[in-house]
Amino acid sequence: MVSGPGRRSSPLTWRWRDRIVLAAAWAGGLGLCAIAAAIVIYMGFRGVQYLRPGLLFTRPAPGTVQSQSGGFLDPLLGTGLLTLIGILLAMPLAVGSAVWIAEYGRPGWLARLVESSIEIVAGTPDIVIAIFGLAIFQLSLLAPFSFTASGGGVYGKSFIAAGAMMSLIALPPLFTATRDGLQAVPVHMREAAFALGKTRIATIRRVLIPSVRSNIATGVTLGVSRIIGDTAIVLLLLGGTLHIEAQGSIPGLGLLRGTGSTLTSYVYDNSPAGEGAAEQKAYAAAFVLLVFVLGLNVIVDRIGRSQANSMGLAAAGGVV
Amino acid sequence: MLERLRHPWPDHRAERTLGAVSLLVCFVVLAMIVFVGARAWPTFSHEGLSWLGSGGDVQQQMGNMLGTGVHPPASSFYVRAWPIVYGTLLTTAMAVPLALTIALLASIFIVELAPAALRRLAIPVIRLLASVPSVIYGLIGVLVLVPFVGNNLITTSEKASVQNVVELTGAGLAVAVVILTVMITPIMIALICEALASVPRSWREGAVALGVNPVRAVMAVTLKAIRPAIVAATVLATARALGEAVMIQMVSGSRSFAPKPVDGWIFFFEPLRTLASAIIDNNEGLGAPALRSTVYAFAFLLLFSAFALSAAGYLVKLPLRRYHVQG
Repeated sequence: MVSGPGRRSSPLTWRWRDRIVLAAAWAGGLGLCAIAAAIVIYMGFRGVQYLRPGLLFTRPAPGTVQSQSGGFLDPLLGTGLLTLIGILLAMPLAVGSAVWIAEYGRPGWLARLVESSIEIVAGTPDIVIAIFGLAIFQLSLLAPFSFTASGGGVYGKSFIAAGAMMSLIALPPLFTATRDGLQAVPVHMREAAFALGKTRIATIRRVLIPSVRSNIATGVTLGVSRIIGDTAIVLLLLGGTLHIEAQGSIPGLGLLRGTGSTLTSYVYDNSPAGEGAAEQKAYAAAFVLLVFVLGLNVIVDRIGRSQANSMGLAAAGGVV
Repeated sequence: MLERLRHPWPDHRAERTLGAVSLLVCFVVLAMIVFVGARAWPTFSHEGLSWLGSGGDVQQQMGNMLGTGVHPPASSFYVRAWPIVYGTLLTTAMAVPLALTIALLASIFIVELAPAALRRLAIPVIRLLASVPSVIYGLIGVLVLVPFVGNNLITTSEKASVQNVVELTGAGLAVAVVILTVMITPIMIALICEALASVPRSWREGAVALGVNPVRAVMAVTLKAIRPAIVAATVLATARALGEAVMIQMVSGSRSFAPKPVDGWIFFFEPLRTLASAIIDNNEGLGAPALRSTVYAFAFLLLFSAFALSAAGYLVKLPLRRYHVQG
């Protein structure tokens, strides 16, 4: 509103059309706040009602009585494992591409191509990425990444398959945050390094990357938040077994090739849309999931604020 | 060889390595198009584009595909998926304008009308709404909204009147559109708020100086100035709405039925299926080749529309760069 000395026009003098818009704008803004509050309060209420600490640490067990059918430790571990694989695969790709775009970027058509590709990946629905993952990992070339069924078909569903597709989901936020951070570093820092005789790659390694640490942290947090909230990829690519089941006898590799579930697929399976009618479990797991996502939001906020305080530059937290 | 890795690299090698890493992303996109298209090819080669048309019960057609063997005959690829395409278009066409209206009103509220305390509250609220996972939206929808609609908003006589054709349980168009609107509004608000804040104050102050009230000033001056950002926000929100699979699958009744507007109020309660939710529904039966190529055809259609929307968004943002308006 234009403020300052002088009388502000009272809405009572306006035409009806403008008064309706005023009321509607207030309603829209307050309504969205109310919806957000309703979601948080309702999920909190249900979560407190149904979540027992034991649920977090017991393994799920199939059963007909909800109070005795175990907890969701395996889905929790599955979420953690999937997030780890996704971020580990996404980070080199995202940071490397961002550094190349921001610091090198020749030839120009190639830089535009890379940026457009990342925007396309960002705009692809996660269900399409999931089905693409299925198409890739069901090739017999990639049979070692899951297992081969007795009929000769490659199963194609494993932690590594889901993790690889999750890295595509986490790639755009990480890339955007790192690239914006690199572009916001003032030119004089690069010039000072060049004046001291450092090569471009040494400047990147020793000067630029450390100065965009908080941007990378923001990007990683945004990527983690997208990974743990994604359901479609998990439903299609993780095999949906209640327990984490390793495939084969090699300890680490067997786990990566194995199947399991995550919090999101657990919530889906226990809701009326999945097979189970275990609403209480679904609410409890959904509450835990919401707490994780909100916690990650708070972390992004904190990083953004501390970066703004320390450097006085535009914080990189504007990505929704 | 480790010696070479430990010493600082020459710039040209570093540039080429990083360039190769960046090219990997382009190859992933290329692979996406190639692999999804290759798996979808049988449906396109047997049916051309007529599988988008209507004719018969698509749910039955896709069910029939499950029984065909490893080398199915050409007739088993027969599918007329118009109800599913229609469901997609319907939900998107209803959710996006609704979300646009709400987003514009809420953005005007946040940027212009809200007291400072409420404005500081609004940004975390919008971020929260945007980051809630879609499975939680689906859970609240299927456990709260669907029973509410089924028990309170649909009368028994309405249920009886259509029970030979379809079962009205509350899971259907209305709940899907409402939740989809709530999901895509925050995306639009983020873009529109940035654009509103970047319009020069003097434009609005000039209007107010001429005696226009503040709300009319915003509507007449600022909104017209951010039209490109509105288009960009719409494109982004449409892409999100088209691709939403899990939430729609949970609340839309999962029946390949084309809701008929002639049914009156019942139109809003009829179940439907979208392309994305059909992929999730059929994800178990992908062993049958005919069903697999149909599902991949759906995915290829979604990929193509995401592509087209990305291109449209890029084209729309080009003039934005000239005027330095955030897009």
